[in-house]
Amino acid sequence: MSAEAIHARLYVPRDSAALSMGADEVADALVQEAGERGVTLELVRNGSRGMLWLEPLVEVVTPQGRVAYGPVAPEQVAALCDAGLFDEAAGKAGSHALRLGATEQLPWLQKQTRLVFARVGVTDPLSLGDYTANGGLAGLQNALQMQPSAIVEAVTASGLRGRGGAGFPAGIKWKTVLGATADQKYVACNADEGDSGTFSDRMLMEGDPYLLLEGMAIAGLAVGATEGYVYLRSEYPDAHAVLTTAIERARAAGWLGKDLLGSGKAFDVHVRLGAGSYVCGEETAMLESLEGKRGVVRAKPPLPALVGLWGKPTVVNNVMTLASVPWILQHGGAAYAAKGVGRSKGTLPFQLAGNVKQGGLVEVPFGVTLRQLLEDFGGGTRSGRPIKAVQVGGPLGAWLPAGKLDTPCDYEALAAAGGLLGHGGLVVVDDSVNMAKMARYAMEFCAIESCGKCTPCRIGSTRGVEVVDRLIQGQDRAADEALLRDLCATMTSASLCAMGGLTPLPVLSALDHFADDFRGR
Amino acid sequence: MPGNALGVVGKGVFLLQPTPRNSAPEERMHPRPTAAAAATPEQLAAIDAAIARLQSLPGACLPILHAIQAALGFVPAEATARIAAALNLSRADVHGVLTYYHDFRSAPPGRHVLKVCRAEACQAVGSDALAAHVAARHGAAVGATSADGALTVEAIYCLGNCALGPSVQLDGRLCGRVDAARLDALLAAAKGADA
Ligand SMILES: Cc1cc2nc3c(=O)[nH]c(=O)nc-3n(C[C@H](O)[C@H](O)[C@H](O)COP(=O)(O)O)c2cc1C
Ligand code: SF4
Ligand code: FES
Repeated sequence: MSAEAIHARLYVPRDSAALSMGADEVADALVQEAGERGVTLELVRNGSRGMLWLEPLVEVVTPQGRVAYGPVAPEQVAALCDAGLFDEAAGKAGSHALRLGATEQLPWLQKQTRLVFARVGVTDPLSLGDYTANGGLAGLQNALQMQPSAIVEAVTASGLRGRGGAGFPAGIKWKTVLGATADQKYVACNADEGDSGTFSDRMLMEGDPYLLLEGMAIAGLAVGATEGYVYLRSEYPDAHAVLTTAIERARAAGWLGKDLLGSGKAFDVHVRLGAGSYVCGEETAMLESLEGKRGVVRAKPPLPALVGLWGKPTVVNNVMTLASVPWILQHGGAAYAAKGVGRSKGTLPFQLAGNVKQGGLVEVPFGVTLRQLLEDFGGGTRSGRPIKAVQVGGPLGAWLPAGKLDTPCDYEALAAAGGLLGHGGLVVVDDSVNMAKMARYAMEFCAIESCGKCTPCRIGSTRGVEVVDRLIQGQDRAADEALLRDLCATMTSASLCAMGGLTPLPVLSALDHFADDFRGR
Repeated sequence: MPGNALGVVGKGVFLLQPTPRNSAPEERMHPRPTAAAAATPEQLAAIDAAIARLQSLPGACLPILHAIQAALGFVPAEATARIAAALNLSRADVHGVLTYYHDFRSAPPGRHVLKVCRAEACQAVGSDALAAHVAARHGAAVGATSADGALTVEAIYCLGNCALGPSVQLDGRLCGRVDAARLDALLAAAKGADA
């Protein structure tokens, strides 16, 4: 090889959003080009930085740090190389139009506060060395020195609330499980992430799986559980593969198993796949499903914290909740509580989805407005048309009209605006979308996914589809609207769980804010 | 709950006069074969292997059903009794699980399986039009298999790729920003690999 042989270190994400845009083909093309050009290529398959509209995002390590190119199509790789991609490694800036500059300086990333997603996109997700070199395990190491009650105390002090939707304080739940006496307790991670417009759990599991395992282990130490289960939706085969490998490697390294980091304490994790049922994200349906049964919702009480998986006391938490815990144990509850607003402490990884120009993941403290997220980060709609509405919090969340974009994103402010924050997903629609159709879909989705246990949801949702249809048809509008509102009131007040109980939210918010759309226009 | 609980809803109108039009939510299940073919010895062996491998897991029913479908593409009717016997459950229990979950098929799918995301974020960028295109161009509406047996199309509700919709999963592979032209190319490539 000649004296000026180049050694280049490149990053191409293995996140499934990147794969969906051809990241594997880009990686293959880079390997081939490097071979042809005599370049020694060190290719790292990282998680995604969350700038999903730029995927596949290729990064090259330069003496000044990582430089990004994107979105790179496989057929553009040769031109990229011609324009000096590999020479960047030696400090010569490339000249291709897709060159975005230093990754860390990109405004999208600069404006974020990444606590949970600090390593995602930066490291090799499955490298144990990368994990510890970038702050991993510090929280678990601290937890191992603490009494269980002190761990619970730290989580309580952080103000961390459940990220799966309901926003219940994690510390209080943990305290209940800690206080229960049983021969076996469990930690059950809810990775069902069924809400449309959400993908933070997926990105975290694919991009930094050890963080979730560390959070689960800390939860286990806190409440006295030695077994953990991840209930992962079957729609996420890539996350399944990464998580399974991560668990094997973590066990081999002593990060899981009978002797956590040599402490003599035990905690192990198993993964179970869902099977395409949205309601199995509801925690008691999830427990039924983990037990191998039909995912039918259980009546509460008893709380899963006391009578959970196989009847044992169980911590059920969302992926984001558990993945927030290592930072809290590393830096202290007070440091976490210092971020955010009001009773919404810390950061939330928001997900910008649907008709948005710059879709992706934005982790910022609570209190950011919808407008800042959708305009400053999102850049408006992908279609270029005006934003008509945004659905916050998944299929059970309200459709908020463009006039409400200045609403701050925290649990209380969104509730005051008639919506809910849920799992932090934002689905944007432009003015070409008919909101009566979206209202009909909300009822239809409820009918498809209802577990069938209670009448208002099981039957009401199907009747709801019919009434919306009649309303749109417009034979007796006043009567049908009254009927729809009556039905929604019954579903809201008489459903056993939030599937039937909150489906009226997208329906009525559409009706209230976009009445014209229900007049057949 | 009282028998006429829904009487409060619209004063019973719903129960008395269901409108005939458009009342069924989009069918997610698969058309049942008119007469299910008996499982082959190889299929029975695959069922028994999945049971033997997984039956000691706590809550093994769902993992076993997944394993059978992963091996065979569907869950043959014969699996129910065998799983029930191995797990000491009633056949009704296993049947209940099998039919509760949208993932499981009771009949073999086409050579390729296309799952089209029908959830809100993908609707917002044209997944309805995409599904219509698939039906018109490739001969399989959502929930159906094309006459030549090449393609089964299924609805799926979110693939976690909501910033890059419309999203589909073709033979287990996630694809983003799928318009009609990209879909045609993906299907052509998949079918081309059959030959
Ligand atoms: C219909 C329905 C679907 C739900 N889906 C999910 C889900 O996919 N992921 C999740 O974490 N929580 C989901 N939840 C909320 C869970 O019931 C539960 O509140 C949560 O897992 C608790 O964890 P957290 O306190 O960490 O949020 C859902 C709730 C309902 C009613
Ligand atoms: S509201 Fe719907 S999903 Fe929830 S328990 Fe009742 S029937 Fe089941
Ligand atoms: S809504 Fe289609 S991938 Fe999430």
